[in-house]
Amino acid sequence: MVHAVLCFHYSFQNLKQKDQLRGSRRTSRIVAFYGLTAPPYELDALEPYMSQKTLEIHWGKHHRAYVDNLNKQLANSPLYGLTLDELVKVAYNNGNPLPEFNNAAQVWNHNFFWESMQPDGGYMPAAGLLQQIEKDFGSFPNFREKFITTAMSLFGSGWVWLVLKKEEKKLAVVGASNAVNPLVWGDIPIITLDMWEHSYYLDYRNDRGKYVNAFMDSLVSWQSATARMARAEAFVNLGEPKIPVA
Amino acid sequence: MHLSAVATDAEGYIFLKLTYECKLSKIRIKFRKACEKQKKKKKRIRKMVGRCRTRITAQLELKAPPYSLDALEPYMSRETLEYHWGKHHRGYVDNLNKQISGTDLDGLALEEIVVRSYNRGNPLPPSTMLPRSIWNHDFFWSSMKPGGGGQPRGVLLELIERDFGSLEGLLNEFKQAALTQFEKDNKLVVQKSPNAVNPLVWDYHPLLVVDVWEHAYYVDYQNRRPEFVSTFIEKLISWDAVSARLEEAIAQAAARAEEDERRREEEDGVMDDGDAIEMYLDTENESEAE
Repeated sequence: MVHAVLCFHYSFQNLKQKDQLRGSRRTSRIVAFYGLTAPPYELDALEPYMSQKTLEIHWGKHHRAYVDNLNKQLANSPLYGLTLDELVKVAYNNGNPLPEFNNAAQVWNHNFFWESMQPDGGYMPAAGLLQQIEKDFGSFPNFREKFITTAMSLFGSGWVWLVLKKEEKKLAVVGASNAVNPLVWGDIPIITLDMWEHSYYLDYRNDRGKYVNAFMDSLVSWQSATARMARAEAFVNLGEPKIPVA
Repeated sequence: MHLSAVATDAEGYIFLKLTYECKLSKIRIKFRKACEKQKKKKKRIRKMVGRCRTRITAQLELKAPPYSLDALEPYMSRETLEYHWGKHHRGYVDNLNKQISGTDLDGLALEEIVVRSYNRGNPLPPSTMLPRSIWNHDFFWSSMKPGGGGQPRGVLLELIERDFGSLEGLLNEFKQAALTQFEKDNKLVVQKSPNAVNPLVWDYHPLLVVDVWEHAYYVDYQNRRPEFVSTFIEKLISWDAVSARLEEAIAQAAARAEEDERRREEEDGVMDDGDAIEMYLDTENESEAE
């Protein structure tokens, strides 16, 4: 008898749970979940310009913490079902950022940052991108100097971006504080450099100039920049390419 | 005046030296060379003196922390202090001196520069973060001491208990603020009491600061900011300095209140006759008559 009662009780509970699920499926919420993307190279691949220890802490602790905190925030927030890009734009809220903005933007920025670098990077971009840089900055050294100056003149934490401006249809170097990125202004980022202190303090201490120069000379990935430029040209009409007449 | 006195002394010394030298030509040549060297030196000194006479520039100094650089081990390593004070703080001071030399901010005290360059929220160029950073760092060093931590005492403890409920309440709020500070500013704890309404840019009188810029803790704690803040609270805070500042703040507030009272009384008295109003209507004649 007792056994039967127990069984019944158990199955009754099951039914209850199933009911709940059925009921809640109608009103259930899809909670967004963002993952931690790894850099497209080993953590020691950027030595000696960016040490393995820096990457272990920068990616393994900081970036991971941003992702975890973002997921925690989103568990109780109405912002679900968005891609990361969309989430950044929505959370920016036209200058009045929502609490999710910092974490979302930092996750996006760091994803972009790892892709902006490669082992044996640096030197110069090729062909189309180089032409565009020369057109918009005068020469590649000019661009390099502008990038470095912008990075050095950032006070506090921030990021430096090479962007393709949609309206002006040209490349530009832009510095932004904290977590702001060009997506919120509708521009298309091409490469970025993290100027938060956690990014360079272990390797370079306070010598920001050395860090920025190392990035430009040996880390920046012009391959991925070219790929992004190609994709960006689908959104921005840069005019006819300058094909030399024979 | 001081510098030129040195010049004459040196001259006198050289002169005395000559009378005891023998008259060999080599020594004469040596003397002539020495004389020329001294002349150049005097010229240089006179130039400096001349410069001093024409322009007094009170350049900002880099104040050292009130303890040696390894005194805060193991909670804040000597390396951190060497970089934080020796490179970051020093860099701010040097850059600010460069920027303000020749402008009308030159020669002012640091607090003045902070308030003026903030310009009530409309920051004037050159960079206004520098004066605040320098001031904050000075404040930060004196907020800490070797063998710090422990409990506050006296009036400070009373006020803390009045405004935050208990010391734990204050510390929790402080930690929370320090950990959620995303932008790179120092977070100041403000005593929530009418007596503490006093200058710097928000018209508050700061009592304690913890630097949560990453350079302040990255060498020792990397990304473990909560650990850094806890250690700061438990082992580094100088409650004596905080108490001292609190006393200052209270005294300043009292003085201000007195002055306001006095001014209000004066104005009340003046408004009773008609003279005050006339003073504003006709500026030049009246002021001459005054």
